[in-house]
Amino acid sequence: MSSLANCVLYAYTHTVQLRIQPGATPIYQQVSDQIRRRVSAGRLSAGQRLPSVRALAEQLAVNANTVARAYRELERERFVVSRHGDGVFVADRSSPFLARDRRKLLESAVDRLLLEAEQLDVDTDEVAELVRERSAQRAESSPNLPRRVGS
Amino acid sequence: MSYPLEIQALCRRYGGTVALDHVDLVIEEGAVLGLIGRNGAGKTTLIRHVLGLLKAQSGSVRVFGADPVKHPAQTLARIGYVSEDRDLPGWMRIEELLRYTRAFFPDWDETLASDLCRAFDLDPRQRVRTLSRGQHVRTALVLALAPRPALLVLDEPSSGLDPVVRRDVLEAVIQHVAHEGRTVLFSSHLLDEVERVSDHLVMIDRGTMLVDGPMDEVVEGFKHVVYRHAEDSNGSGFGALPGMSLCVEMGSTSSGAASSGAPSSDSASRNSIDHEVLCLCRFETSVDEHALAAQASAGGFELIEILPATLDEIFLNLTCRAS
Repeated sequence: MSSLANCVLYAYTHTVQLRIQPGATPIYQQVSDQIRRRVSAGRLSAGQRLPSVRALAEQLAVNANTVARAYRELERERFVVSRHGDGVFVADRSSPFLARDRRKLLESAVDRLLLEAEQLDVDTDEVAELVRERSAQRAESSPNLPRRVGS
Repeated sequence: MSYPLEIQALCRRYGGTVALDHVDLVIEEGAVLGLIGRNGAGKTTLIRHVLGLLKAQSGSVRVFGADPVKHPAQTLARIGYVSEDRDLPGWMRIEELLRYTRAFFPDWDETLASDLCRAFDLDPRQRVRTLSRGQHVRTALVLALAPRPALLVLDEPSSGLDPVVRRDVLEAVIQHVAHEGRTVLFSSHLLDEVERVSDHLVMIDRGTMLVDGPMDEVVEGFKHVVYRHAEDSNGSGFGALPGMSLCVEMGSTSSGAASSGAPSSDSASRNSIDHEVLCLCRFETSVDEHALAAQASAGGFELIEILPATLDEIFLNLTCRAS
């Protein structure tokens, strides 16, 4: 009886195998990066429950505050939602208000690109042109690339 | 509400040697404080004060609000302690040692003790003297954890251990603090382990605290910065840029000698070769590369690169600077 109950519980929580390598990247960021990649790649889908902070901390042998910080960051970016007392779940990424958040996330990447361009003395028009060019090449070389419908 | 551990202006001398020099340290309940330093930096001396084995020559030590020297029984009842020394009585069997220790602790958790013995693959009938180094530490861990101590003190528990036992130690720390109100003081020179399990970092060297802060803030606050002097600059004052609380020069291309800290006296070479300088800097707020570049350029410097620093690098550079 109890083993059946355990099975059911186990099935609901999606376990993740993360790799932590202390070094230049803060550990909370290694955790959030790896989960973010899984969500983006569709390996974790909306509604799946992630391990609790405590369970993941014990599994990885890292401080629980580190895992909590990674989850907070993912929640702020709306990759996950936490339902009080129930756990942390992969967010439904199709909800409409996410478009703005996605833009915000992308902004920092664009800022880095612009800084690099500035340092290399490449002007913004040239950067924009390059972005379109590379995008076209990418679409050509891999036609199966996931495309967002709408928006 | 008293802290699990509060140390104020603690000083200790052994003859002419200063072992601890005005150390202030607070551990909050539920925290894992990582204490790092080279051998002989003062870590064990500090821990001996916490256990009440050394009396403060000046300054104060309070464990849960009480002086551990004046109230040794009360203090030690709340502390679980694992040291790097093989200090368990060799003639006892593990089961005898467990029974003996249990008598001192009203809150001893027998289930936890036997669970841990099983998880650690310890044979209760084995005599302590015949245990390997790893088994010895595992036994010490069982003895320290089973009383469910409010403060777990680990003094270099992992030194000389194989990776499997080191992992046991880390998991024990994480599981221990998973319970409400438990706190850990973890002393080690294995920096990646400290970074993993601690949420607060204290770095000491020669009895002096070099760093004391939340782990994230320390790891993210320190950066390697490479800059170049503008031609008309006299080359000083980079560390005075706003937001920077520390700037240690580690090396420059023209002098060739790293971390000597002495500016190149050969001014001809400074003029003929681009004089790049590598520094370890600590920032109080998150680093905006753009703003910093602008500040640097206003001060007569050209910012070349900002790179993250690992705990290893921070430790090496700060302790080398002190020597």
